[in-house]
Amino acid sequence: MGIAISVEHLAYSYPGVDDTPGVAVFKDLNLQIEEGTFVAILGSNGCGKSTLAKHFNSILLPCGGQVTVFGMDTLDEDSLIAIRRTTGMVFQNPDNQIVANVVEEDVAFGPENLGIASPMIRQRVDNALKQVGMYEFREHAPHLLSGGQKQRVAIAGIIAMEPKCIVLDEPTAMLDPRGRREVMQTITKLNRDKNITVVLITHHMDEAAMAERVVVLHKGTVAIDGTPEEVFSQVEKLHSIGLAAPETVELCWELNKLGFQLPLNKLNAETCAQTLLEEWKV
Amino acid sequence: MLKDITLGQFFPGYSAIHRLDPRTKLVMLVVYIVALFLAVNWASYALMLVFLVTCIAISKIPAKAFFRGMKPLIFILVFTGILNLFFTQGENLLVEFWVITIYWEGVTRAIFMLLRILMMIMGTFLLTYTTSPISLTDGLESLLSPLKKIKVPVHELSMMMCIALRFIPTLIEETDKIICAQKARGADFESGKLMQRVKALVPILVPLFVSAFRRADELATAMECRCYQGGDGRTKMKLLRYKLLDFKAYAVGILLIAAVCVLRHFGL
Repeated sequence: MGIAISVEHLAYSYPGVDDTPGVAVFKDLNLQIEEGTFVAILGSNGCGKSTLAKHFNSILLPCGGQVTVFGMDTLDEDSLIAIRRTTGMVFQNPDNQIVANVVEEDVAFGPENLGIASPMIRQRVDNALKQVGMYEFREHAPHLLSGGQKQRVAIAGIIAMEPKCIVLDEPTAMLDPRGRREVMQTITKLNRDKNITVVLITHHMDEAAMAERVVVLHKGTVAIDGTPEEVFSQVEKLHSIGLAAPETVELCWELNKLGFQLPLNKLNAETCAQTLLEEWKV
Repeated sequence: MLKDITLGQFFPGYSAIHRLDPRTKLVMLVVYIVALFLAVNWASYALMLVFLVTCIAISKIPAKAFFRGMKPLIFILVFTGILNLFFTQGENLLVEFWVITIYWEGVTRAIFMLLRILMMIMGTFLLTYTTSPISLTDGLESLLSPLKKIKVPVHELSMMMCIALRFIPTLIEETDKIICAQKARGADFESGKLMQRVKALVPILVPLFVSAFRRADELATAMECRCYQGGDGRTKMKLLRYKLLDFKAYAVGILLIAAVCVLRHFGL
C-alpha cells in the first residue's frame, strides 16, 4: 500500500499583519498517512489541526519542509488541480460550502469545474448522491435540509470528483447527535466500501475511536500516534495536553485510581460494561 | 418573522410554458414587449390581451398571483393614468369643469398606457413564475455568451447571481437570529420615531455584514477546493437544448409581431 499524504519537516507560520511577527504553527512536523486508511487527527483548540488539513490540498503552502499528496508536491503549481481532485475537503459549516440552490446542481459543481462531459457528470452526481443516501433529495433546495443532510450533500459534492482521499475538517461540529451519526456512518462506509483514504479532524473522542489510527497533535507536533486503543489508554498524557479519553476509558481510569485493575482499551459502552461485569463477578 | 417572505416567486409545474427553454422564454419576453410598444390601437391591444390571457391560461398559474404581484404598483398605475387623462390635448372635448379639461384622446391614451404597463409587468411575472431562478440564470448566461468576445465577464456574472440566490435564505435566517439576539439584549425595534428605528437597524446590519464576509471567505475556499477556476474549460451537467416546443414558440412570436404590425396600419 502506498503513501497517500506525506508531511516532512513541515514548518508554517501565519503571516503577521504589518510589522507584527507571524504566529508559528508548525516548526518541524512529520506525518505519513497510508492509502486506504481512516485516520483521525485530534487536538485541543489552536493546536494546528485545521491548518494542517489545509496543507493537504494546497490551500496553504508550507514555509519550510514538504507536503506530498500521492507523490505530488503541494508547492508545484502545475499539479494544483490534480492535487485538489485527488484530495477533497469537507469543512465544518455545511452552509458555507454549498454553492448552488438545487442539491444535484451543487454536487455537479466539482465535476463541472473539471470539464467532464455532461452525461458523465449526470452519472457521477447520481452515484455520489446514492452513496451518501441523498438521492431522493436531489431536486430539493439545500436550505430546507437538516444540518446532517446538508453535510452529506457537501460530502457527495466531493465524492463526485472521485477523489482518492477525503479530508474532513470537523464535519460534525455544528450538527446534532443524529446528524453526527449520519455523517459518521457515511464516512466509514466510504472508507470501507470505496477504499477512500479518510482524514478526519475532530475533537469528539468517540468519533476518533471509530478510526483505524489516531494522531494527537499538540503545539504543532505529533504528541501521540497509534491505534485508538493505544492512544486512549494513555489517559494521563491526554489530560496533560487538555484532551480527555472516551468516557468509558475515563470511567475505568477513575476506578483504577480507587484500586481496581481494569484495562484501559474499552472504547465503547458495551465492551466496557462486559469488563466491569467480569471484574465484579471476581 | 422574516421567513414568511416568498422568494423568487417561482411556481413549479409542468405546463407547456414551464417546459420551454429559459432562453426561449427570455427572447419571447423581449418579443412580447416590443409587440406591446408597436401596438397603437384597440385591435392590436385586443390581440395582445388575448395572447397574454392565453399564455396565463396555458401556464395554469392562478390569476390571483398576478393581481397580488400588482399591489405595490397601484400608485404608479393610478399616477400614470391621471397624468395621461388630464394632460393630453385633443380635439374632442369631453368634460370641461373649472381647471379640469378632459379630451376623448386623453381617455383612450390613459387606457392604452395603463394596459401597456399592466401587460408588460404581467408578462414579466409570467416569466419569473414559470422559470426557476437557476434556469433563468443559465438562460441568461447562454444568451449573453456572445458578449464574452468583447470581454464581458458573463460566466462570472451568472455565478454571482447564482450564489446570491443561494444565500438569500441563509442570510434571512441569520438576520432573524441576530434580531432575536439583539432583542434578548434589550434592543427595541418596534417603537420610536423613524430616525430612531433606522438607527436601531445598525446593530443588526453590522453583525450581518461581518458574518456575510466570513461566509464569503469560507465559500471561496470551499470553491477552490472543488477545483473552481472560473468559466474556462467548465462544462455543464444540464445542457440547454431547444426542442420542438421552443421552435413553435418562436413561430408564435414572429406571428405575433407580424399581426400587430398589420393591425397597426389597418385596424381600428
